[in-house]
Amino acid sequence: MKHYLDFEMKLKPLETRLEEIKKFYDTSDPHYAKEIKSLEKKIAKLEKEIYSDLSPWQKTQLSRHLNRPRTLDYVDALFSDYFELHGDRRFKDDPAIVGGFGKFNGKTVAFVGHQKGKDIKEMAQRNFGMAHPEGYRKAMRIMDLASRWMKPIITFIDTPGAYPGVGAEERGQAEAIAASIYFMFTLNVPIVSLVIGEGGSGGALAIGVADRILMLENSIYSVISPEGCAAILWRDGTRAKQAAEALKLTAHDLYELKVIDGIVKEPFGGAHRNWKETFENTGKAIKTHLEELLTIPPHELKERRYEKFKKMGFFLEGK
Amino acid sequence: MGLFRKKDKKEVKPHKEIDIKREIKKAEAEKEEALWIKCTSCMELLYRKEVERNYGICPKCLYHFPISVEKRIELTFEPNSFKEFYEKLTPVDFLKFKDTKPYKTRLEELMEKMGRKDAVVCGSGKIGNIEVLSAIFDFNFMGGSLGSVVGEKITRLLEEGRRRKLPVVIFCTSGGARMQEGIMSLMQMAKVTGAIYRLKEEGVPYITVLTDPTLGGVSASIAMLGDIIIAEPKAMIGFAGPRVIKETIKEELPPFFQRAEYLFEHGMIDMIVDRKDLKQTLYKVISTILS
Ligand SMILES: [Zn+2]
Repeated sequence: MKHYLDFEMKLKPLETRLEEIKKFYDTSDPHYAKEIKSLEKKIAKLEKEIYSDLSPWQKTQLSRHLNRPRTLDYVDALFSDYFELHGDRRFKDDPAIVGGFGKFNGKTVAFVGHQKGKDIKEMAQRNFGMAHPEGYRKAMRIMDLASRWMKPIITFIDTPGAYPGVGAEERGQAEAIAASIYFMFTLNVPIVSLVIGEGGSGGALAIGVADRILMLENSIYSVISPEGCAAILWRDGTRAKQAAEALKLTAHDLYELKVIDGIVKEPFGGAHRNWKETFENTGKAIKTHLEELLTIPPHELKERRYEKFKKMGFFLEGK
Repeated sequence: MGLFRKKDKKEVKPHKEIDIKREIKKAEAEKEEALWIKCTSCMELLYRKEVERNYGICPKCLYHFPISVEKRIELTFEPNSFKEFYEKLTPVDFLKFKDTKPYKTRLEELMEKMGRKDAVVCGSGKIGNIEVLSAIFDFNFMGGSLGSVVGEKITRLLEEGRRRKLPVVIFCTSGGARMQEGIMSLMQMAKVTGAIYRLKEEGVPYITVLTDPTLGGVSASIAMLGDIIIAEPKAMIGFAGPRVIKETIKEELPPFFQRAEYLFEHGMIDMIVDRKDLKQTLYKVISTILS
């Protein structure tokens, strides 16, 4: 099902008609060929209008777009011979986090990522990518294997946040997140993290302590969701748009703040408009960064990772 | 003060006298309030002085009220042994963040009112004859939230612990992240955690004391990574706040949910220690580890 965000809605009738013609009519018929051409022209013009100057709130919406590729789509497109591993060996398998091993350009890597769902059913089953402690514990288990087998780790971040529930708290959500962040500092293998959609708070950071942190152009990464921020600061969740601006959560903002190392360009209009191009750009970015990281001696990787995060923060030494 | 100023400015109104009466009543209530304190746990009305004399503990239900950083230092360290570090580190409003008021103004007002520059005090002090490094969160400074200054100070303290092989004890109380510093607040979780790893790598003990409340980003980094985790009785400890959880699951929360006793039962903390016995316990634990 093709979904349209409020600000994309104008595209819907044109694109629906275009698909209809392509599907049901003889496109070699000059009448339809002409209509296709005219529709494509209109769509291109409209796309330019809609997507040229996206606001932080629009990017927030795009980052959550239902047609956006998810972790397993990237895994499927970029890795060969891949397989998933399941369970934390302590409580259960959390479907909100996926992970396993596969070959990237012929070399074995580990992957870990949040997995939202495609449709309502899968979204519910995967808890909208909001992990429980067992999800982070599974992630640690896979990263531990990667470390012992000396395989680089690629993480895909796409979560509204860690799940706020009774079971999650009972089983130590705070401990699980803290432990995962901690664990990533102990690893001697290269780690590349990509924010592919929503980077929501501690639940995102739990798999985001990397040597290189990259963001897809229209993804967001934030300490709190704009809605949550608005609800706390203004006691009004509807002021999310304003909060999205204040929080500085876009890829460009984070690059400016030197929190991330690079931005992966998305096709015009966003990743959901052209998956193939998105995967190509992402694959290229991972390759470049991984190649650089593989030249660094393992023990130095860990040191540099710490130094990288140590630099983060703004303050004055004072008098 | 407020009473007279209001009276002077106001035009003469028919209800003037009633207004004054109400104002007097309000002022009296405020005075009463200064004398009395309501226990947030058992709702009992308590004589403030008595609570203060009792280590800030409710004599009826043993709830541990939040105490000031100064009081914590007094209760934990030998007299005059505490030396503060990095007290000059000053926060900046690098995002030009404005909610109901600009972050810059908020900071200036708090610095003026609290006499410190951010939400944590770091230093070294002696517990008995043992020198330890310590950080004490101040909930009254923006809810003890984890901003750049808090992250930097604690990171420096942990590095000092690594260099000098001195145990680190952190007294936590925090609502979590500092939204006004956006993503940089989130990154402080990683920064301090990296420093905790480097301390532990050297075999230096890292002890956390969780006081009411310890939530969010501080809980999911500094607090829950203690080699030994001690909590004060009834302290609220968790990742998400109870209100958010209640709104998400749309159900009543179990009794004692997210309280120290609940976490203890679920294997998340090592011990619950009364404030009165905390110094003794810290001494016993640290001296035993070090000998
Ligand atoms: Zn009480």
